Amino acid sequence: MGHPKTKSDLHHFVTRMGDNALILGQRVSAWCGHAPVLEEDIALANMALDLIGQATLWLGYAAEIEGEGRTADDYAFLRDERQFYNCLLVETPNGNFGDTLMRHFLFDSWHYFMLKGLESSTDLRVAEIAQKASKEARYHIERSTDLVIRLGDGTPESHAKMQAALDRLWPFTGELITADDIDNAMAETGIAPDLKEVAGQFSDHVKRVLPEAKLMLPEGVYMRTGGKTGVHSEAMGYLLAEMQSVARAHPGATW
Amino acid sequence: MTIAMVSARQSATGLPTVEDIWAWLADVPDPEIPVISVRDLGIVRAVDENNGRFVVTVTPTYSGCPATAVIALDIQAALRARGCNNVEIKTRLSPAWTTDWITAEGRAKLLSYGIAPPEGQATCAGMLSLSGVAPQEIQCPRCQSTDTERVSQFGSTPCKASYRCRTCLEPFDYFKAI
Repeated sequence: MGHPKTKSDLHHFVTRMGDNALILGQRVSAWCGHAPVLEEDIALANMALDLIGQATLWLGYAAEIEGEGRTADDYAFLRDERQFYNCLLVETPNGNFGDTLMRHFLFDSWHYFMLKGLESSTDLRVAEIAQKASKEARYHIERSTDLVIRLGDGTPESHAKMQAALDRLWPFTGELITADDIDNAMAETGIAPDLKEVAGQFSDHVKRVLPEAKLMLPEGVYMRTGGKTGVHSEAMGYLLAEMQSVARAHPGATW
Repeated sequence: MTIAMVSARQSATGLPTVEDIWAWLADVPDPEIPVISVRDLGIVRAVDENNGRFVVTVTPTYSGCPATAVIALDIQAALRARGCNNVEIKTRLSPAWTTDWITAEGRAKLLSYGIAPPEGQATCAGMLSLSGVAPQEIQCPRCQSTDTERVSQFGSTPCKASYRCRTCLEPFDYFKAI
């Protein structure tokens, strides 16, 4: 990691990957004990666990790149809102089960293909983490795809809820697949795949699944951005307040 | 100073060999599925010895699996119980753990415990299956019927899926191939 510019870009990129996993993991874990059926409760808790595990790997690496002796826990619990670089999609409130499921489906449709691309990263550590995480992401995308089809093409009520969730969440997907300077720098150095390729795979997957689920993509949507550069929605502050309260109240506590 | 003295004492009483350590690890149970050992699970990647210090390299199963930290502690404790105090546990991420590394003995133990072992090669199972149907025929560990259905991709631990047997009607866990 010779060039300082590349090092700080890499740090930003790895933090994004970690924050996406962390914030979605935090959101999904709130379903534990509240899901509509036992199997879904267990599945959601399992996926939250996978995501938080992945976040630990990514943020641990980010802290190492930074080189100031911080840990993954410091990153999760002691950063302020503007220092989080997750996309807006993952911080959206859980809503009903359909909203949570649609959010997972849209995220998985990007995350799985992104991780597949990162498996051959020129950065060895990024490749290692992606190889580990993509095995888990495969189960996530299989599940969310299956359920989106079943509920979208289910009862009139489940269909209406899934369509409403898609309409609400689709404007948050642009940010996932639109490259900024950091993404471009990562693609140039072969650390990450070209986001255009991932965008194609994301789009192919979504457009293959939605007709099967009898769901329609909303048209003329304005895509919201900001999360990747630390400008978050109102929901983010409340999420962090809950997630960080214990660590903030008892700084340095261990057991 | 203390470490040097401990090492000297161990040498005097005969330092265990790397083979001894491997053999002892066969007695360290997985904390979630105690019928199989950490060796059966295929997560111990290496045991090295350097001037009386043993380094056990372990690879995690699932990134968020809470058992990972417990396994490291259990290995330390098991080796300490055998008088081996100078132990370091290293975590290795790559190559990522695969269920292909579960030993034949481990698979047999899972089956007799009531958990269907992973089917087929995980490398083949690595392809996306989005038809909503489980790609592999999974055999019921109780009645051996292959007329089974997947209830959920996720079970009581991250590594397992929930299945149901249509023949004997019993639910069972399936150890997912990854």
